Amino acid sequence: MAEAAESPGDPGTATPRPLMRDLKAVGKKFMHVLYPRKSNTLLRDWDLWGPLILCVTLALMLQRGSVDSEKDGGPQFAEVFVIVWFGAVTITLNSKLLGGNISFFQSLCVLGYCILPLTVAMLVCRLVLLAEPGPINFMVRLFVVIVMFAWSIVASTAFLADSQPPNRKALAVYPVFLFYFVISWMILTFTPQ
Amino acid sequence: MAAADELAFHEFEEATNLLAQTPNEATPRGDQLVPQQHVAVAVDSGGSYGAEDEVEESDKTALLQEEKQQPGFWTFSYYQSFFDVDTSQVLDRIKGSLLPRPGHNFVRHHLRNRPDLYGPFWICATLAFVLAVTGNLTLVLAQRRDPSIHYSPQFHKGKRSGQGLVPGGGGSAMAQGRLPALPAVTVAGTAIYCYAWLVPLALWGFLQWRKGVRERMGPYTFLETVCVYGYSLFVFLPTVVLWLIPVPWLQWLSGALALALSAAGLVFTLWPVVREDTRLAAVLLLSVVVLLHALLATGCKFYFFQPLPLEPAAPPHQATSQPPTVLLSPPPPRSAAA
Repeated sequence: MAEAAESPGDPGTATPRPLMRDLKAVGKKFMHVLYPRKSNTLLRDWDLWGPLILCVTLALMLQRGSVDSEKDGGPQFAEVFVIVWFGAVTITLNSKLLGGNISFFQSLCVLGYCILPLTVAMLVCRLVLLAEPGPINFMVRLFVVIVMFAWSIVASTAFLADSQPPNRKALAVYPVFLFYFVISWMILTFTPQ
Repeated sequence: MAAADELAFHEFEEATNLLAQTPNEATPRGDQLVPQQHVAVAVDSGGSYGAEDEVEESDKTALLQEEKQQPGFWTFSYYQSFFDVDTSQVLDRIKGSLLPRPGHNFVRHHLRNRPDLYGPFWICATLAFVLAVTGNLTLVLAQRRDPSIHYSPQFHKGKRSGQGLVPGGGGSAMAQGRLPALPAVTVAGTAIYCYAWLVPLALWGFLQWRKGVRERMGPYTFLETVCVYGYSLFVFLPTVVLWLIPVPWLQWLSGALALALSAAGLVFTLWPVVREDTRLAAVLLLSVVVLLHALLATGCKFYFFQPLPLEPAAPPHQATSQPPTVLLSPPPPRSAAA
């Protein structure tokens, strides 16, 4: 995990990091994702706790009860996990191969944090699904997922696009688009039984 | 060497432009008279993809090839050399694969002997996901027409046929669970990636084996073959989306059109390499290539889309069907449409 600005005068003391400070760092990054500006916070102080929390939350919500697992057509916990992390690694490799100057973990951090809007969409969809099913139900969920999908893309592009050579930005952003599209599709087609 | 030939063409294209502008001017340099026939050929086959860009690019390429050594395959920069493309180049290659023309060789004109792995990899990934997603959507739309089909998002299929899915309802082979239960995305991805990598490998191997028969044109490198195949799959993307429309003749028409375009691209690219071979080998090779392509297209269509013939559906199935899907409200029961 990247060190935030530690006090340089602590050479030997093994002070455990206070949990609150880490949580605050994660929370601050959440805010940066929700209100994307061109800032370097996500890149400079990368950490993977936020993405992990988001991924676990998303995977838990996308899973159904194991009672119905035979009729179950939805992704299991491990599948969501694998898709998210494998997808993020692939996109990171892709952007590095195209000549981007972002480090591996920075990119993973950004991609993971930008799942936050889609996790919010998942929460909203689950709440909406408690209501009566119908076309309006579907339209509401579709609208929410589309908006959050766009938000994710905008947020991640704001952080990632600058690290690419200018004539390859689209090539680096397209896989991000595909990645969030697949996650949005999983969220949209979620039907609890 | 082919690269040197190409450099020669590019240099004289500039001369062509000059000559075209001032046809009556006496040529100041004697050596311009010599390559007149080269100039003519370049004008015909080179097209006009920004002659100046070509000159700059080929100059740069020549310099780079002199200076840099090929890094070892264990280094990162080795693989970076396969992603050395710009957005405009990728778009140009995609356009070239969509509109194959008999004289235009994809490898020579669009790849310009600089194949990339970005196109093939991401086109295959996109195609796999789009296949899975549209296959899903087809089920949803089929259920709207025929409520006896139980919809469950086909990330998996139902683990047992008939468990979550009502037997006797319509739906593709995937929905009926008659094929082994595997996640749709995995199946699509595996099939497409295997096709896009193993078939070029076999083709390249075959062409290398027949290398002795050819005199003029060297065979393509493995990466160029992979590139050709990868970009030729792009035309299936809009086709797969069109397959959502449940009109059978439209589906077959768009499938045939996509297959024709894609296979034509492959054939036009392979023809210069193969035509110097014996006639039998050439025809055989080209027909195998087209056949495999057709198999891929029809395989995808049948696995993900084609509704199997409906078995006689008894009314009691309606009563025992699963609780209504929350995705869409079930329409009032009506006879199952084709």
